[in-house]
Amino acid sequence: MDKLKKHFLGQNKNRTICLSVVLIAYIVIEILMQTGSLKSLFINLLVPVTSYIIVALALNLVVGVSGELSLGHAGFMSIGAFTGVIVANVTSSMIPNDIVRLILAIIAGAIVAAIFGFLISIPVLKLQGDYLAIVTLAFGQIIKSLINNTFLGFDSNGFHFSFITNTVDLATGGKMLINGPIGATATDRISTFTIAILLLIVTIFVIFNFINSAHGRNVMAARDDRIAAQSAGIDIVKTKTIAFVLSAAIAGAAGVVYGLNFSTLVPAKFDFNQSILILVYVVLGGLGNMFGTIISTTLLVLLPELLRFLANYRMLIYAVVLIVIMIFTNNPTIQGYIKKLIKKNRGEVNHE
Amino acid sequence: MEFLSFLITGLGLGSVYAIIALGYTMVYGIAKMLNFAHGDVIMVGSYVAFFMVAQFNLPGVVAIFASVLVCTLLGVLIERLAYKPLREASTLSVLITAIGVSYFLQNGAQILWGTDTKIFPNVFDLGTISLFDNQLHISVLTLVTIVICIVIIVALTLFINKTKTGKAMRACSEDKATAQLMGISVDKTISITFAIGSGLAAIASILLCSTYPAVNPTLGSMPGIKAFTAAVFGGIGSISGAFVGGLLLGILETLAKAYISSQMSDAIVFLVLIIVLLIKPTGLLGKEISEKV
Amino acid sequence: MNSRRYILKTKNLGIDFGGLTAVNDFNIQVRPSEIYGLIGPNGAGKTTVFNLLTKVYEPTRGQIYLDGQNITNESSVKVNKLGIARTFQNIRLFKNMSVIDNVKVGLYHSQKYSLLASVLHTPSYLKREKAIEEMALSLLRVFGLEEFAQVKASNLPYGKQRKLEIARALATSPKLLLLDEPAAGMNPTETSELMETIKIVQDKFNIAILLIEHDMKFVMGICNQITVLNFGTVLACGTPEEIKNNPDVVAAYLGNED
Repeated sequence: MDKLKKHFLGQNKNRTICLSVVLIAYIVIEILMQTGSLKSLFINLLVPVTSYIIVALALNLVVGVSGELSLGHAGFMSIGAFTGVIVANVTSSMIPNDIVRLILAIIAGAIVAAIFGFLISIPVLKLQGDYLAIVTLAFGQIIKSLINNTFLGFDSNGFHFSFITNTVDLATGGKMLINGPIGATATDRISTFTIAILLLIVTIFVIFNFINSAHGRNVMAARDDRIAAQSAGIDIVKTKTIAFVLSAAIAGAAGVVYGLNFSTLVPAKFDFNQSILILVYVVLGGLGNMFGTIISTTLLVLLPELLRFLANYRMLIYAVVLIVIMIFTNNPTIQGYIKKLIKKNRGEVNHE
Repeated sequence: MEFLSFLITGLGLGSVYAIIALGYTMVYGIAKMLNFAHGDVIMVGSYVAFFMVAQFNLPGVVAIFASVLVCTLLGVLIERLAYKPLREASTLSVLITAIGVSYFLQNGAQILWGTDTKIFPNVFDLGTISLFDNQLHISVLTLVTIVICIVIIVALTLFINKTKTGKAMRACSEDKATAQLMGISVDKTISITFAIGSGLAAIASILLCSTYPAVNPTLGSMPGIKAFTAAVFGGIGSISGAFVGGLLLGILETLAKAYISSQMSDAIVFLVLIIVLLIKPTGLLGKEISEKV
Repeated sequence: MNSRRYILKTKNLGIDFGGLTAVNDFNIQVRPSEIYGLIGPNGAGKTTVFNLLTKVYEPTRGQIYLDGQNITNESSVKVNKLGIARTFQNIRLFKNMSVIDNVKVGLYHSQKYSLLASVLHTPSYLKREKAIEEMALSLLRVFGLEEFAQVKASNLPYGKQRKLEIARALATSPKLLLLDEPAAGMNPTETSELMETIKIVQDKFNIAILLIEHDMKFVMGICNQITVLNFGTVLACGTPEEIKNNPDVVAAYLGNED
């Protein structure tokens, strides 16, 4: 009983809450899908929303837990997505089983994204604050540009690659994997909601386990007070690199699931705006608050869809809602007012 | 000779970036926030100027005045409504709010004026001059742009250093609380900062549209990102930094487009930025901020 | 003179900030189980000396020897690994972390495990975390902080925050502990309690302690040796008795009271 308690409560309480909510949501959604009660619009959103939640959790690891602002995380999602497309397409004859191929693609995407994450972290983590943020923005743009100018084809002779100009000459039966700005076309849509949820569950385990470990504590210490952390023997750059690379890997994995959900995928989709969107999900859910991220991402991705009836005005309302929420959650006057209201409702006497 | 031509074009583009970057750097230095909506104020300025000239057939000069007026008011309004309530909040919260304002402006523009791209009329065509036995052709507008940029920088620097308001701005950038105790109205100072930045954005928008005449709701996005990059590149919070950063970015972008690849020019510019920051972690002209232990 | 007799020895340590010489010709010799006091007027450079010893600042001149090893060119992190831990004048706790987590961070060096173990919560992780938890709790016990283990560090009352900082420093198993004004802001009861705790710590952990303090009762009551710093240079050095009666010290700092 004690062991059970230890695994589900105490330190692991938040992990349990997140897992429970995700599992319950999954079961409910699956039931609704089987009984045909879900609109196709909603069904089409299942994989994207789950992917975004995973990326947002990954970003929260960097922004909330590690305390560094990353403005280019869509780049890691992009790397994952296109790696996934390449792997899935290239192995389609070797591995007919879609699920196995998808999992292989996810692993590949995570590894490639992690490698890029490591390479990028070398310059990035030498900087601090806004300068660090700007370099992550720069890298996001560079990644987008690189993929935009990549022409990668695959045929019976193997891979064919050209840069900036398309000089790829495919034999019959060959396929363009990445066609420059056009990106990936004719991809087999092998992503499933179930696999996406599984990846989300794995992510929750990985992130919470990381936070509740010496590595997590070191990262948070480095975030809270750099100089004190160094005086306690913590190598700041090494610690933050671990969190950054882990985050890149998770974002890459999410990118695979996202990318293999669409038959066409353009590199321009993963731009600065996308990075900012994910950042908004994270900040609104609460820095370092993983459960908050799951809720905020779900709501914010669904909100524009729910507001579709407002036609052109929906993004405008979205923007206003965003501004109002930020003001409400940050203005001390309003916060004080709300606190007073709560105190009144609890029946606490307030002698002022 | 061709190089010189590209250099001058680059300086022209860089001047526009510098003027925009000034808005970012001043607001950062004094209000301690990254105003992501700045690029979209430029967009509004472009539309105002466009309508003045294309719809109402008013002379270019009126368009300039109208644009500056609208942008200045818009900047001050945004500050009062969206940023002022968050003065004590974390930088990240203000950043998100600025993003909200940016979405608002972009989508508002879409609703009001449509998503189609309008073409800015050639009102400010000042022709070209030829030098060195017709080997070098320079657009007069480019030269005018560079001159305007230099004039603005000099005027702004004098303003900051010699006037009472300028002193107030410097005080606020150092320590808002103490400035307030010294009798400086922080609210007024910040409003003036936004007013100046937004007014300059209007000027930048007209210069931008005269060379790149496409007007659409997202026109401010890329120049905004680049100018923000330039401001950080030069050392965020520093006026001379915005000037140097903007010019260098413009030159880099133009040369990269000309000599390496048009499609990769952005990536190259960002790569150079990264390299510079690795050598000088607080930007070219930025100050080293050391923490007191 | 064999530097191995001393746990800390500096040779003409100095630092200039631009044109200003903050510390000059600083020489000190601390023995392995000594409680050593560093006193002087405000602005004398005491915290600067601490920052030099822990390599928060790079010295402009001079050498630092820890247990015979020259650490002048090592990083802050390395210096801690080699055996110096410190507290800060303005308290630098990990504000958003719990009391026990603050201490656990200091214990990282003693029970390391891989990232994979962290992410998967393997038996290796479980075993070492248990050991870390026990060590952290026993450290908190020394300072009477055990019951506050799960409290967020920033919610602790001021006096307990200072104690927590010392506990965290001790967790890194130092040979030399630097305490920067540990009794600042404490009332007389808390101060005597702290004196007792420091004596127990020195005895139990067998370490040397170098402390900065303005409370003279505290300094004279607990230190074996004292160095007086004034305008960045050593004014006097000796036992509490010698320092109390040194006319230069009295004139510059102590005044004509106890």
